[in-house]
Amino acid sequence: MDKQADYGTPASRVTDRQVTLEIDGKSITVAAGTSIMHAAVEAGISIPKLCATDSLEPFGSCRLCLVEVEGRRGYPASCTTPVDEGLKVHTQTPKLADIRRGVMELYISDHPLDCLTCSANGDCELQDMAGAVGLREVRYGYDGSNHLDAEKDVSNPYFQFDASKCIVCSRCVRACEETQGTFALTISGRGFDSKVAAGNFDNFLESECVSCGACVAACPTATLMEKTVIDHGQPEHSVITTCAYCGVGCSFRAEMKGEQVVRMVPDKNGGANHGHSCVKGRFAWGYATHRDRITTPMIRKSIKDPWQEVSWEEAISYAASELKRIQAKHGRNSIGAITSSRCTNEETYLVQKLVRAAFGNNNVDTCARVCHSPTGYGLKQTLGESAGTQTFDSVMKSDVIMVIGANPTDGHPVFGSQMKRRLREGAKLIIADPREIDLVSGPHVQADYHLKLRPGTNVALITAMAHVVVTEGLVDEEFVRSRCEWDSFEYWSEFVAQPEHSPEAMQAATGVPAADVRAAARLFATDGNAAIYYGLGVTEHSQGSTMVMGIANLAMATGNIGREGVGVNPLRGQNNVQGSCDMGSFPHEFPGYRHVSDDATRALFEAAWGRPLDNEPGLRIPNMLDFAIDGSFKALYCEGEDIAQSDPNTQHVTHALSSMECVIVQDLFLNETAMYAHVFLPGCSFLEKSGTFTNAERRISPVRRVMTPKNGYEDWQVTAMLSEALGYPMPYRHASEIMDEIARLTPTFHGVSFKRLEELGSIQWPCNEQHPTGTPIMHVDEFVRGKGRFMVTEYVPTSEKVNAKYPLILTTGRILSQYNVGAQTRRTDNVAWHPEDQVEIHPHDAEDRGIQDGDWVGITSRAGNTVQRARISERVQPGVIYTTFHHPESGANVITTDNSDWATNCPEFKVTAVEVTRVTQLSEWQRNYQEFSDEQIALAQQRDEARVE
Amino acid sequence: MNIEHLVKMANQIGDFFRSYPDHEQAKKDIASHLTRFWAPQMRQQILDYVAETPDTGLHPLVLSAIREYVKVKSAKSEA
Ligand code: SF4
Ligand code: SF4
Ligand code: SF4
Ligand code: FES
Repeated sequence: MDKQADYGTPASRVTDRQVTLEIDGKSITVAAGTSIMHAAVEAGISIPKLCATDSLEPFGSCRLCLVEVEGRRGYPASCTTPVDEGLKVHTQTPKLADIRRGVMELYISDHPLDCLTCSANGDCELQDMAGAVGLREVRYGYDGSNHLDAEKDVSNPYFQFDASKCIVCSRCVRACEETQGTFALTISGRGFDSKVAAGNFDNFLESECVSCGACVAACPTATLMEKTVIDHGQPEHSVITTCAYCGVGCSFRAEMKGEQVVRMVPDKNGGANHGHSCVKGRFAWGYATHRDRITTPMIRKSIKDPWQEVSWEEAISYAASELKRIQAKHGRNSIGAITSSRCTNEETYLVQKLVRAAFGNNNVDTCARVCHSPTGYGLKQTLGESAGTQTFDSVMKSDVIMVIGANPTDGHPVFGSQMKRRLREGAKLIIADPREIDLVSGPHVQADYHLKLRPGTNVALITAMAHVVVTEGLVDEEFVRSRCEWDSFEYWSEFVAQPEHSPEAMQAATGVPAADVRAAARLFATDGNAAIYYGLGVTEHSQGSTMVMGIANLAMATGNIGREGVGVNPLRGQNNVQGSCDMGSFPHEFPGYRHVSDDATRALFEAAWGRPLDNEPGLRIPNMLDFAIDGSFKALYCEGEDIAQSDPNTQHVTHALSSMECVIVQDLFLNETAMYAHVFLPGCSFLEKSGTFTNAERRISPVRRVMTPKNGYEDWQVTAMLSEALGYPMPYRHASEIMDEIARLTPTFHGVSFKRLEELGSIQWPCNEQHPTGTPIMHVDEFVRGKGRFMVTEYVPTSEKVNAKYPLILTTGRILSQYNVGAQTRRTDNVAWHPEDQVEIHPHDAEDRGIQDGDWVGITSRAGNTVQRARISERVQPGVIYTTFHHPESGANVITTDNSDWATNCPEFKVTAVEVTRVTQLSEWQRNYQEFSDEQIALAQQRDEARVE
Repeated sequence: MNIEHLVKMANQIGDFFRSYPDHEQAKKDIASHLTRFWAPQMRQQILDYVAETPDTGLHPLVLSAIREYVKVKSAKSEA
């Protein structure tokens, strides 16, 4: 298996000066600031090393990389010595060989010599170096004191720490600091006694470690080693693919043994992650082969019936006949489809094509409806394109970073690490969040301002900041005059300047001290490059779209758009939120965000697809559910999404699902929605299919098949079979042909193809004739819509109000180790970190209610009630409680309401008025849920029994 | 669909556009939003409701936007 080259030290950051030197007689020209070691590797010469690796700053501790430099005394370490003009370096001399052998001898004398049975055999730098320096004998025996009996720490579910093999190079400690930014590891003791420790904790699992795997990747020996490698041995080939979890879109090398994944290693060339990863992508992929997976299609007449396993032909023809029957009886608009941001671009494209061309309506929607639909709307209105403006790397040029309603270290961990790196370099940080997220105060990171606002008052806050910018003369007028619609600016600035929008006036609503708002606004407007990063804490509100526009207004008014270091950056939740939106998954628009009423666009698609297309918007997910309850929406094709768990007001969703005549679910598992289904079409994981995902920076990255689909078909093939059965054939031979069609029909994708992705690795759209290699930064010379448009953002309090009966506000979020509805991560060892959802409650509110840490508490809202375990925490402010929704039985969405964003119907997950009380038993919903869920599992098991007979 | 729900959603849309000074334009913007994002069934329902109900619960600006500008285009035939 080819290994990724290791240059020993990072590339130099100097871009404007080159230096020429000679190494072992070879002349080489490199950027100034490059280390001799790095330059040597570029010249094809490898210098022995142990403590250096190119993901970390040089450390200079092992003394193995010494070189001789003509005219200089001594033997400088090549990893810490930068190149200089005209240097003549020798990397192999008899003296150097001597020194290196001596160094290696010392290392090996305290190292078990069990190479043949060691898990790192074949992938151990110590072994390689022993070979490289020609070590032939070790003069010091094992009789003296050594570490050979040191205990193993196997507490982390994914990797072990075998201290007997540690050479104390501290690569792991530095990886945890520099790459991950967690500072969980230390070298304790001195001299011979020095050893790696998980801080002051007994073991890794109990420590601050977030299991990102950076230390494991950096360790040159078998000390830190993936348990899968210990179990299966070294991989023999690798395939580059893209993580299927969050919107960072990390690139990975799937290291394989035949069709078995041995480990997933973050790819150094990954444009989004540069070799870093988080616990989910790095380790939590075992769900793909979990025993719960269903790989044979199933059908049943009613949800009270047992499932019946059938052939693919039978399942597809049953599904198609039901869809046809229902349309014949209830009309063309009585059916629709939902896709997921977990699907590839090609899959979501195909489902919307199926709906528009084969169903003959526009009833298609995607889970972005419930997360980032306001981003699409708000950014389109102001900037002209429904997408973030930057690359992730842009943050390294930011001077002020403002994070609003996002928790990057949990939700977008690899980007969170990058952001922390920039903050350690000195960038300023403003956080607007009701809760104290990790970034507020962590190792070597401290927010300059934490604007701890009340949930639901984002718009009041952003307008108050704009008030300061306008009234204190901090507007970048030159930018606004040249780049924006002056009329819209004038009206907007007049609006925000009104005294009722001042921080002082808004304080009553937001709860944020006016002085802090003023200071934060000044910092944002005047301290250099300022960038805004935001998440679902912005969008999932009744004024989600207004807030997105407010963010764009602030960026434009301060001239913070159109170059590196600035911009408006939505942190997309799931891996392909951006892509599924780009692919025309919304009911009102075709791929590339073109409205269905646009005659020219429709004509283009009609010609390509050979069917007349509807010019009216179709139903959004909440509309489908409402019409299902009314009786006019009767059938749903749901691919990869689990609306019965992820969408608000669970009881409303399940009522709607049980009102339908045919629910077709395509998924890996019998998920919550599938319990209401009539047809189950087995799906496959990202490891079993080809396609592309588009991350939060518009980066299209390849997803490559590394194993045969366990269900027999890639997901796009299943959609194509269904379409064919409906009389609309989709004769693609490979996912690449779907991308070719997308590229043909979508101007921002004209230059994208699988071949081009192969060449470039990944591509940030727009990619077309004007931008053949893609577009890292958008709106550089002008906005996509021409001139930027300011929109007025009047604060309208949500109708979800607290009162005597519901005095607290519940807000929901995510944690690092679990992903969305948890269907994947709950089926991995990630449960070690988050076995259940808990409700965080402030000590004051807990005390008022006699609640102790760990008590069961009932949470009741206008929509329903559920019971979770309480965790008393000052992270939340008094009056606010917080929970996650990763486990279905915890029923977080039983409580959330169907209140939604005015423009897009994105649910207001972040604000629900509730009361909590101590209880002793589960809620009625939970008891019913348990009963129903047991019943459904039994109905599925009957299928197994039938098969055995 | 539950009409109170539709009325609430329409009023929320009104709340956004209401802060613009040109009320004629605001009405057009409200209507355009309804036309571009609401399925025709939903628009038809609110049009019927407005036609039949004296006290709609709709904000006056939203009400006149619907009365004056919202239409259900004759979409392509059911065929
Ligand atoms: S896994 Fe990550 S967080 Fe844990 S010790 Fe290693 S580098 Fe640090
Ligand atoms: S655990 Fe690995 S990386 Fe860390 S000090 Fe030991 S040998 Fe080096
Ligand atoms: S979950 Fe996100 S941050 Fe973690 S590895 Fe996957 S893409 Fe990267
Ligand atoms: S590699 Fe340079 S001192 Fe260790």
